[in-house]
Amino acid sequence: MFRAIKYSLSLVAALTANVSFGAWDDLNMSPGATQLSQEIFGLHMTVFYVCLAIGIAVLLAMAFILFKYRKKEGVKPADFDDSTALELTWTILFALILIVLAVPATSVMIKAYDDQEGDINILITGHQWKWQYEYIEDEVGFFSNLSTSLDKRNNLAPKDENYLLEVDEPLVIPTNTRVRFLITANDVIHSWWVPDFAIKQDAIPGFVNTGWTYVNEPGVFRGQCTELCGQYHGYMPIVVKAVSPQEYSTFIKDKKEAKIQQALLTEKLWSTSELMEIGEAIYQKNCVACHQVGGRGIPPVFPSLVGSEIVMRNKARHIEILMEGVQGAAMASYAEQLSEVEIAAVITYTRQAWGNAETGDGKIVIPKEILDYKTNKL
Amino acid sequence: MSAVIDSHHDDHHHGPAKGFSRWLYTTNHKDIGSMYLWFSLVMLFIGGAMAMVIRAELFEPGSQIVSPEFYNQMVTNHGLIMVFGVIMPAFVGFANWMIPMQIGAPDMALPRLNNLSFWILPVAFGILLSTFFMEGGAPNFGWTFYAPLSTEYAPPTVTFFIFSVHIMGASSIMGSINIITTILNMRAPGMTLMKMPLFVWSWFITAYLLIAVMPVLAGAVTMMLMDIHAGTSFFKAGGGGDPVLFQHIFWFFGHPEVYIMILPAFGIVSHIIETFSRKPIFGYSSMVYAIASIALLSFVVWAHHMFTVGMPIAGELFFMYSTMLIAIPTGVKVFNWLSTMFKGSLTFETPMLFAIAFVALFTIGGLSGIMLAIAPADFQYHDTYFVVAHFHYVLVPGALFSLLAAAYYWIPKWTGKMYDETLGKVHFWMSFISVNLTFFPMHFVGLAGMPRRIPDYAMQFADWNMMVSVGAFLFGISQLLFLFIVLKCIYNGKEATTEVWEGAKDRGFEWTVDSPAPYHTFSSPPSMESLKSSS
Ligand code: HEM
Ligand SMILES: [Cu+2]
Repeated sequence: MFRAIKYSLSLVAALTANVSFGAWDDLNMSPGATQLSQEIFGLHMTVFYVCLAIGIAVLLAMAFILFKYRKKEGVKPADFDDSTALELTWTILFALILIVLAVPATSVMIKAYDDQEGDINILITGHQWKWQYEYIEDEVGFFSNLSTSLDKRNNLAPKDENYLLEVDEPLVIPTNTRVRFLITANDVIHSWWVPDFAIKQDAIPGFVNTGWTYVNEPGVFRGQCTELCGQYHGYMPIVVKAVSPQEYSTFIKDKKEAKIQQALLTEKLWSTSELMEIGEAIYQKNCVACHQVGGRGIPPVFPSLVGSEIVMRNKARHIEILMEGVQGAAMASYAEQLSEVEIAAVITYTRQAWGNAETGDGKIVIPKEILDYKTNKL
Repeated sequence: MSAVIDSHHDDHHHGPAKGFSRWLYTTNHKDIGSMYLWFSLVMLFIGGAMAMVIRAELFEPGSQIVSPEFYNQMVTNHGLIMVFGVIMPAFVGFANWMIPMQIGAPDMALPRLNNLSFWILPVAFGILLSTFFMEGGAPNFGWTFYAPLSTEYAPPTVTFFIFSVHIMGASSIMGSINIITTILNMRAPGMTLMKMPLFVWSWFITAYLLIAVMPVLAGAVTMMLMDIHAGTSFFKAGGGGDPVLFQHIFWFFGHPEVYIMILPAFGIVSHIIETFSRKPIFGYSSMVYAIASIALLSFVVWAHHMFTVGMPIAGELFFMYSTMLIAIPTGVKVFNWLSTMFKGSLTFETPMLFAIAFVALFTIGGLSGIMLAIAPADFQYHDTYFVVAHFHYVLVPGALFSLLAAAYYWIPKWTGKMYDETLGKVHFWMSFISVNLTFFPMHFVGLAGMPRRIPDYAMQFADWNMMVSVGAFLFGISQLLFLFIVLKCIYNGKEATTEVWEGAKDRGFEWTVDSPAPYHTFSSPPSMESLKSSS
């Protein structure tokens, strides 16, 4: 009973809330941001008005009949049970209405299926539960994950406007350009839907579906996965940022540079002397203040690195200290301050210098190991 | 026959023999009909409880009472139970009770098969529900169980699910064979096909649909089984298989299936409207042809559920046109019902109220169906709450209301007792208001962009969802009232007359036998002469 009262109160609350901000947008499809989406919106409104008119006509006729022919004393019901003419009339009427709807529907369909190559082609891959975007011509790409915090989802922090509709890295596309999407999936079926582009294409493993768009004005457009894809189906939103072509080329340039940087880390063969050289410079800049020029530190506050167990024989812990810092000591994490190359180099330097290589295991650390450490942590 | 009325309790509700084995071994169509109906009522409350969990979770944005994983199990099992455990068995229950009585037959043609087709159903649902207690949890891939989510990525309990679907299918096929055989062979002399009551006609066609598509469903789940356990790759892209093939097979079953859930309702509503309009049904033969053409068309529209899978444009257009065509016979039916009421002498007892609400709200569902049929627009509607609104309009105030109407309409004949008319009306108005409160706003959130089958949603959908949840809780409570009304009718109802409804005895054989209907009816066939309206 208490529940019932609570719910009826919330109903009243919900109703009044709707009066206050019951904008049309909350009730209807959005016309969207492209010509195609606007045409589909127009088609939707046409069909809607036709259906509304039929619905109102039927319901009014019904209300009239229910009122007029309710049982009255002394009035006998009629007993007709057939009228071929009447039945033919409304059958033909229905057929005509449907033809009227089918014509615009067909022409919009043909436009939607205009499947030429785009100026830019983007491969979209659905994964449980994130989207992967790859710019085919520029050979760059990234993953896009939900960025709404767990606290918000668990009602521990207030929710904001884009609750569940925000990502760590949006898909960026240029305006005034024909962009074509090639859509597929890696595990189960997903569906890539951006209402403002009127694109909803299933992402199916083993298939590549297509969709295209041409956005005129810059903006941010949000959508969601629309095919049940497992437990976090509700948590893989889509955010597309349309920017001017100039901004877009900067974006691509940055992505390419980042990619080269990445390749450097993962593909280059590093020699000990190269690492030593970079490492020594880093050591001088960041470490000497505490660990001192000869690496002997000022024990017990700043431990000596010369002959240290960790520096000589425990590579894993050595990496961890640099990445995480040491709780309660002056040693801070360098994960954010230094690049992967720099961290690997300075570790290698300390493991090699001051006779450590000879007394310890003398192992070096390459940048990829730092990268792996970071990815495993994710 | 006063002895029958005096001992109605033993005679009817428990039948002549006593104890559980009587129910286990019964071959009486009335007993089996009752068991089907009780079974589906129980399932209605189980599936309904799941719906309450869903609506509680969606009451507000943010995680509420269940995990996303359990939410998916709720959505899946709610759908499976409502479709296979409530609507379908309930219609079979009505078929069992009413078809022999409407065609003047003593029983179903194949009574032992009848017993078997009922008793394997609780087994099937026992298996399905037991998966909730197994490792990995119950099926969580939606009632449409698209591969590969339901194969390579399914919980291990999917094998139990497959087994249970097989049993449900076997039950439906046996039931359909029985219904067709009964209708073809056991009609009273003089009852030609075109003189059969419309409920009989609608079930006759439905039974053929079932026989045609249940094996297809069985094929689909068998292919899943092979993919999971025998190393085949029917639906596995990695092995050269085709996940879209699954959807084609599923919907080749699935679309006729949605009509299986509505055609018998057409029959029921036709009878009720005729009775309470005190006027013969308008356009009997066009009603029959409409049902038949809906059934035929339902085989060529399946891919309207798949407009976004990336079909070639010719496919999109074909399925768009064929789907739009279905609206014609559907519209004919609605107009025929209106014309039946036109110039009638209408009264508004509970069955009629539900039947009228059926016509009105089913029309809304049909109109949203036309919108969905427009393929380019469906790109925006598909897999949103707009679709959820559509199919709930045709299935809840559609199929379910027709079942409630039928229960009120025939229960006096079954029990010999009248239900409480005031409570019946209260039940109707509560259901009517709450059903609209629940499902109408779903159109809005769907158009505004809320995907279906998500456990949490963006802020702009919050208000409508709260309203939907409140409506759903009210609807749930209203159906408890129905249970109370049924029990009150059985144990404490006023005596019903033979005719029950004014003028009914001219309209069907069922109204010429005593109330309650004796355990065995029509040991010798009745004469068509006794029915005025079949002249
Ligand atoms: C005028 C008649 C109808 C038309 C034109 C129509 C059209 C459609 C279309 C195009 C869809 C697919 C929407 C989508 O997924 O994007 C759909 C879904 C559905 N329809 Fe209808 N429909 C009609 C009547 C009915 C009836 C009578 C029933 C059942 C009693 C029904 C049950 C369903 C169900 C259950 C679904 C959704 C299945 C799912 O995806 O879970 N429809 N309808
Ligand atoms: Cu369909």
